[in-house]
Amino acid sequence: MGYLLIIIAAILVNNIVFSQFLGICPFLGVSKKLDTAYGMSAAVIFVLTLATIVTYLINLLLIKWELEFLQTIVFILVIAALVQLVEIILKKISPALYSALGIFLPLITTNCAVLGVAINVATKNFNAYGLDYNLLTGTIFAFATAVGYGLSLVLFTGVREQLKLADIPEGMQGTPIAILTAGLLAMAFMGFSGVV
Amino acid sequence: MSKNAKILLNGLVNENPTFVLLLGMCPTLATTTSAINGLSMGVATTFVLICSNIVISLLRNLIPDKVHIPAYIVVIASFVTVVQLCVSAYMPALNDSLGLFIPLIVVNCIVLGRAESFAAKNGPVASMMDGIGIGLGFTYALTLLGMIRELLGTGKVFDVTIFSEDYGMLVFVLAPGAFIALAYLIAVVNKIRNK
Repeated sequence: MGYLLIIIAAILVNNIVFSQFLGICPFLGVSKKLDTAYGMSAAVIFVLTLATIVTYLINLLLIKWELEFLQTIVFILVIAALVQLVEIILKKISPALYSALGIFLPLITTNCAVLGVAINVATKNFNAYGLDYNLLTGTIFAFATAVGYGLSLVLFTGVREQLKLADIPEGMQGTPIAILTAGLLAMAFMGFSGVV
Repeated sequence: MSKNAKILLNGLVNENPTFVLLLGMCPTLATTTSAINGLSMGVATTFVLICSNIVISLLRNLIPDKVHIPAYIVVIASFVTVVQLCVSAYMPALNDSLGLFIPLIVVNCIVLGRAESFAAKNGPVASMMDGIGIGLGFTYALTLLGMIRELLGTGKVFDVTIFSEDYGMLVFVLAPGAFIALAYLIAVVNKIRNK
């Protein structure tokens, strides 16, 4: 039951885009076409989950050696290296997947969602859900958060595609109307607050 | 106008990171629940931006081209750690309200963007002016957004009561208000710039 609560809370209640404001730059940048939105969502789910597992293990080492103050530097370097590694491996073993995710992978290094979730997991406790803090809960939380990112990205892109047909006042065209749309979606997601 | 003054003004007006370049949206939306939070976040980012711009500009001929991005990230992350430790030591209340977004200055695209597009090509003095200009542009954008959200949400600006809190629209302090306020601000800035 606790695991289910983590998943619902991470996807809907504390949605990473609409209530935590992480990963907004790619959220606004790649939300013009549904195809790219799907690609980006898949890449984020893959990298975010993997990065959280790796940084969780490295954080254990940092705590053991009493080097917690290096957390920010170590995490960002590990994430950058990991993204490079994933890119190289994918290119070798699965060219199809690589060509689908390829262009999104380098972008993910600067996606603050990845570093944000890694730091969150390293400092979070899951007592509220009656669970211990361990690798499994951290990974489930990271995966669900990334799914929440994908969900909000796809929803937002769908709305934006429809907006092309709408008659928008001159000053609001482009970014302002997109951000306003995100605001209305955030309001919709606020309806989930209190569910968990 | 001298060259350095021009670089300074560039960041404030023509290349304002928030309203024109649309960079660093995450802290812009997340930390502007009140004017003072927005201002603090702006100052913290400005500090990192100025320091990293100077250091990267000094090192620009020493860093091999192949590893320049990781090298820049290490420089930026070091200064972010300095800010993070100082804030948590001397300003614990601020640390609680900004929280996660202090370490996240590392991945703020403004800082890496300026390192790549300006500091890597110009001398330390010009890079410092660029850091100050862009940093101030970011700070005033965040402060303005924070003031608007605080006023509409709670009737206060910098904790000074303008109208009774009973008339405040709570939604502007919450997540959707951040998007809505920013959308209208950008629309107004666009309108002014197109004239």
